[in-house]
Amino acid sequence: MSKAETISLFDAGIIRRAMLESLAKLNPVTLARNPVIFVTEIVAALVAATGIEALLTHRPAGFSITIAIWLWLTVIFATFAEAVAEGRGRARAESLRRARSDTMAKLLMDPHDRAIFIPTPAPDLRCDDVVLVEAGDLIPSDGEVIEGVASVNESAVTGESAPVVREAGGDRSAVTGGTHLVSDWLVVRITADAGATFLDRMIALVEGAERRKTPNEIALNILLAGLTIVFVIAVVTLVGFGQYSGTRFSIPVLAALLVCLIPTTIGGLLSAIGIAGMDRLVRFNVVATSGRAVEAAGDVDALLLDKTGTITFGNRMAAGFYPVPSVNERILAEACVMASLGDDTPEGRSILSFARDRYGISLATPDDAAIIPFSANTRMSGIDTGGKSYRKGAVDSVLAALGVAPDPAFTESIARIARAGSTPLAVTADGKLLGAIELKDIVKPGIKERFAALRAMGIRTIMVTGDNRITAATIAAEAGVDDYIAEANPQNKLDYIRKVQSEGRLVAMCGDGTNDAPALAQADVGVAMQTGTQAAREAGNMVDLDSDPTKLIEIVEIGKQLLITRGALTTFSIANDISKYFAILPAIFITTYPQLGALNIMQLNTPESAILSAVIFNALIIVVLVPLALRGVKFRAIGAAALLKRNLLIYGLGGIIAPFVGIKLIDMVLGLFHIFS
Amino acid sequence: MTIHGLLYIALLFALVLGAAFPLGRYMAAIFEGRIVWLRQVEMCFYRLAGIDAGRQMGWQSYAIALLLLSVIHFGMLYAILRLQYYLPFNPLHIAGMSPRLAFNTAASFTTNTNWQAYVPEQQISNGAQMLGLCVHMFLSAAAGIAAAAAVMRAFTGSGLKTLGNFYTDLTRITLYLLIPGALIAATLLVMAGAPQTFAQAVQLHTLQSGAQPLAIGPVAFQEAIKEFGTNGGGFFNANSAHPFENPNAWTNLLENWLLLVIGFALPIAFGHMVKDKPQGRTLMAAMAIILVLGCVGAYAAEAAGNPQQIAAGVQASGNWEGKEIRFGIPASTTFNVSATGTSTGAVDSFTDSYTPLGGAVPLFLMQLGEVTPGGVGSGFYTIIVFALLSVFVAGLMVGRTPEYLGKKVQAKEIKLAMLGVLILTFFILVGAGFSLVTPSGIASLANGGPHGLSEMLYGWTSATENNGSAFAGLSADTPLLDYGLGAAMLFGRFAFMVPVLAIAGSLAAKPKLAESAGTFPTTGTLFTFLLIGVIIILGGLQFMPADTLGPIAEHFLLYAGKSF
Amino acid sequence: MIFRELRPAFSLVVLFTLLIGLILPGIFTGAMQAVLPWQANGSLVRQDGQVIGSALIGQNFVGVQYFIPRPSALSPAPYTQATSGASNLAPTSRALLASVQQRVTAYVQAYGPGPVPADAVTASGSGLDPDISLENALRQAPAVAKARHLPAGTVIALVQAMAHHAFLGMIGTDHVNVLKLNLALDQRPVS
Repeated sequence: MSKAETISLFDAGIIRRAMLESLAKLNPVTLARNPVIFVTEIVAALVAATGIEALLTHRPAGFSITIAIWLWLTVIFATFAEAVAEGRGRARAESLRRARSDTMAKLLMDPHDRAIFIPTPAPDLRCDDVVLVEAGDLIPSDGEVIEGVASVNESAVTGESAPVVREAGGDRSAVTGGTHLVSDWLVVRITADAGATFLDRMIALVEGAERRKTPNEIALNILLAGLTIVFVIAVVTLVGFGQYSGTRFSIPVLAALLVCLIPTTIGGLLSAIGIAGMDRLVRFNVVATSGRAVEAAGDVDALLLDKTGTITFGNRMAAGFYPVPSVNERILAEACVMASLGDDTPEGRSILSFARDRYGISLATPDDAAIIPFSANTRMSGIDTGGKSYRKGAVDSVLAALGVAPDPAFTESIARIARAGSTPLAVTADGKLLGAIELKDIVKPGIKERFAALRAMGIRTIMVTGDNRITAATIAAEAGVDDYIAEANPQNKLDYIRKVQSEGRLVAMCGDGTNDAPALAQADVGVAMQTGTQAAREAGNMVDLDSDPTKLIEIVEIGKQLLITRGALTTFSIANDISKYFAILPAIFITTYPQLGALNIMQLNTPESAILSAVIFNALIIVVLVPLALRGVKFRAIGAAALLKRNLLIYGLGGIIAPFVGIKLIDMVLGLFHIFS
Repeated sequence: MTIHGLLYIALLFALVLGAAFPLGRYMAAIFEGRIVWLRQVEMCFYRLAGIDAGRQMGWQSYAIALLLLSVIHFGMLYAILRLQYYLPFNPLHIAGMSPRLAFNTAASFTTNTNWQAYVPEQQISNGAQMLGLCVHMFLSAAAGIAAAAAVMRAFTGSGLKTLGNFYTDLTRITLYLLIPGALIAATLLVMAGAPQTFAQAVQLHTLQSGAQPLAIGPVAFQEAIKEFGTNGGGFFNANSAHPFENPNAWTNLLENWLLLVIGFALPIAFGHMVKDKPQGRTLMAAMAIILVLGCVGAYAAEAAGNPQQIAAGVQASGNWEGKEIRFGIPASTTFNVSATGTSTGAVDSFTDSYTPLGGAVPLFLMQLGEVTPGGVGSGFYTIIVFALLSVFVAGLMVGRTPEYLGKKVQAKEIKLAMLGVLILTFFILVGAGFSLVTPSGIASLANGGPHGLSEMLYGWTSATENNGSAFAGLSADTPLLDYGLGAAMLFGRFAFMVPVLAIAGSLAAKPKLAESAGTFPTTGTLFTFLLIGVIIILGGLQFMPADTLGPIAEHFLLYAGKSF
Repeated sequence: MIFRELRPAFSLVVLFTLLIGLILPGIFTGAMQAVLPWQANGSLVRQDGQVIGSALIGQNFVGVQYFIPRPSALSPAPYTQATSGASNLAPTSRALLASVQQRVTAYVQAYGPGPVPADAVTASGSGLDPDISLENALRQAPAVAKARHLPAGTVIALVQAMAHHAFLGMIGTDHVNVLKLNLALDQRPVS
């Protein structure tokens, strides 16, 4: 799976750089994007000014200055969280950037003549330029192979070191800039301008440079901004209520109250959560073209999964030998083994191991054996040895070659095998039909449980296969998918997606071929395989660098995790307010109405200590939650109701209780050192 | 507190919730145009008014129609109040209202607030009550319910472009729900002793105090719709404490039932409209839990009595100042709490004289946004806003874009919802905070100390949330409060309602996503308590600093033996 | 867009004003006057051809020969029946506490030492409360009896006979209508 290096949560280098950057991010112009923290900064500046003014006029300034320091720290912790998240992305980008050295491309003047080329720096290449790439060259930019076959090492992008084949036409025609040609040569038509290549986009994405807010993030930001204004009104009008009651509140006190009430925790961590979500996806070797796609992945409720490779192992395996009535089962088994000795395909090997496991037959290839390889013409393979010839092959081809009508019992076996969704092979020895082999699609172990888990979280799985309906239905039942598309082709896939969407569901699918492009574009989340065509990669909104279709499930989980983390920290942040009222309100009103001391249920030392403790808690909680924001709240496939109950308990109830404990502890520590107590 | 008092609260809620189910079903049928037993009258109205009953309106048209009708009706009431001297049914020759009081009163009745800065017995004629106030009590209630019906329709399907027809909604709700309900209730009230006459005064020769006039009028009919339409504008100054408005404990129970029943029936109607009854029951449960807790809390506070009076030798049988003997403490507090949990604002006892915590409950229920169950219609659409916010805040925690009844809650809805919350917060806190530092505002206060703050805060809260009840010692007929509270009522009603209709329009157009095991559950206990939590935290906490300086401080001072 | 809505909006306001403001109250008032005339006209109590009050509305009584009603906050005089309303004094009001203390003293003076029922020293919500608590009436009964030269038991029995009781202890309270009680007293010959 993930080949990308894992970066420690607290890599010293990243932290050091993030500390510097968190200061640079204090620029109010850029901070204005984040209303909660922006307001905190203004308030911090205001309190600092009051403190300094008090110092200059020789009035007591200790409390103002202390509050100001902690308010500034609140802002810095927030910018620090963002900087750390960006730092981790940048570290990953560095390793990508190394691949993008300034190669010299061989620009062909005439695509058909590989002899004449002009050496051109890669950044000067434009769309539709045609270049020659030879063994040992770096591919200068993204493009489509128009001539040639070659193996390419794409480890720079995918982390996978085994070379892959790229060839003109078909589904393996896309090449990526920065990857390395291992053998042969290719003529490539460039499909991306410099700076817009896949690698460039990937770097920009993980660095967070081009990070645009996702829809849910925008909505959440509005909620937070709204809450901030609500509390600004509440605190500013308190001046009037205070004046009526005979109290003048000092600026640091009002500032402390405001900052404690506005949702600084989630405000400070919101962008870090988003960046970390993208980062998690990249670590899974999936690149999303936008954050929107990652969120959409969390919303998906129907997954279109290719049968082959995702649900089944992709290779059929022997699952039974069915002799004709006159033949002993063991003799058939031996014949099957003989016919498969020279067969190096997975099917052939599975026949050998099945015979070994079931019948204890294990034969070596005789020295005189002449191996007859499979040919598209005969659709048979086998072996000739010791004057005997063994063949196995597609039933109709074998029967045609034998030229005899099959035994009714044999026909019955074949029909039964087909009904079970398996593929029958006929086996002969010396031109005599011995029986049939059942080759079965084997469902991956554990996949059924996985689908059950998906169902529990409300996601329907749909198997897509080229098989006929009978085969498809059998495997669908065995794998526990909710539905299947048999005899799939681009059109019926597209129709199916449209139908599911019209029922109000969001669909995710993965695909690689050009003819998958319409379906990929139609799906709400389309994951293109890195090995796929350029068309597919353009149509989808994510690219899986490992080309592993199973990953769709993980992608969904990452999307959900991103949303859950945001929701959990929002809930936590808002739930925190309750305790802060109990800490701050008695403290600021106690001079007017000493009887309100009864509300000081935490028994905090002094009003100053109470206010300061709340402010300190409010600042420190951001730092404490940075690891959670970066790692994400763990997703559990236990269904929405159970998940909600669990998370509400932890982050809602926890959010109410935690600050009571935290503020009390801080107050006790302040008391120990006789700070404002 | 006695067990009988608690049983009274239980009985009331059993009667209300029991009736809400069939009534909700009936109301859904009205909204869907399936109730036709006054088809002749209905059709006649449409013909005369040039209404195409088949026309469907988008949210903008719906909002414009509602606003325009309100503006016209506002103008008409203003004219009636100014000109009442010249209008019929004015046997006492009461003069026209001053421009600012007429503005305040017209705003008050157009917005279903029924804040009364005037003294009814002295400042308004029978004619103005009947032709002006009473008509508004029907139409402003019907307009609120119509807006709620429009919001409900947004959740009934995918890609809807329209929310219904405002005129037919208004007409049907008035004809099939409000008028029949009011007539039945009014008859019961007359049977119990509420007058219904065109006379405005009866000359008495009392045994010891000599000759004096007794105020009277067409009370029963107005009283019925006053409660049924969560209006609250009393025919008399003493409102439902007046024996003619509320002759005995049974009428008190009836009126209390009337003012709650539509509010609780609306979520049930919603469940029928969206073909998902548990959704409606969940909203109803959240409303009921908060209100029952409020009733019990206020009852406990009032039953405990005033410690200073007890120390002065008064028997400890509860706080009776401002309460009527025939109702008793539990029924009195429950009535006032119900009337503030709905935006009725009727009172059968005087909240200004409640104990601090007993008075804090009505205040806090209003601050929560009037959703328990709130005004007819407005309470429903406000709790929908809270449901959307709940779904949004906590819904992310199940790992999907939050959705409510299959409609995704996104930036646009959140923006409009927060706009609504902001408008309410702004008018309440800025209005009260500002008034308390102006000499004119201070001069309006009847009581000193933290209670004075409560009076002013209560006034602005009541106006903005369209409740209409008051800490009635506040002298509200001043330029600052007539205009200020008038504006607060208009903004609190329409600047909240229009964004909500916009939300409805936006949600209506969205596809209705299918429900699955991954869908955030918006029914059941968990969501009920989540919704309650969000209503309290997002709707109420911003008022805690001010409330602490008002009723909460007063509570501790009362027990510390302080007086002002 | 707005002009299109003008006619229906305006017409509906006018039509409903006619229906709700004139037609319905006209019919309803007529019907109630016909069917329930006593209630519809204010439950008036007559004595010797004169309307002396309403059975539902409290009026003021002073002196120990009558049962006295609750304090009333109305001006210019308590129980001014053309108006209604409460004191609206805060629980922490110094003025309220002072009047309560004063009323407690007066009550104990008039009716002797003993518990002071809360309703006897607090103003009602309407200022027109027609009732006093049964407890309050029983506390006053001996003094009233004494002033009227009646056996205390007779007056107490009268109070008990005229008392309303809470239904199932839940709905309403145990109370007595002061006007009706005093009228009943007046009809009883002084012995």
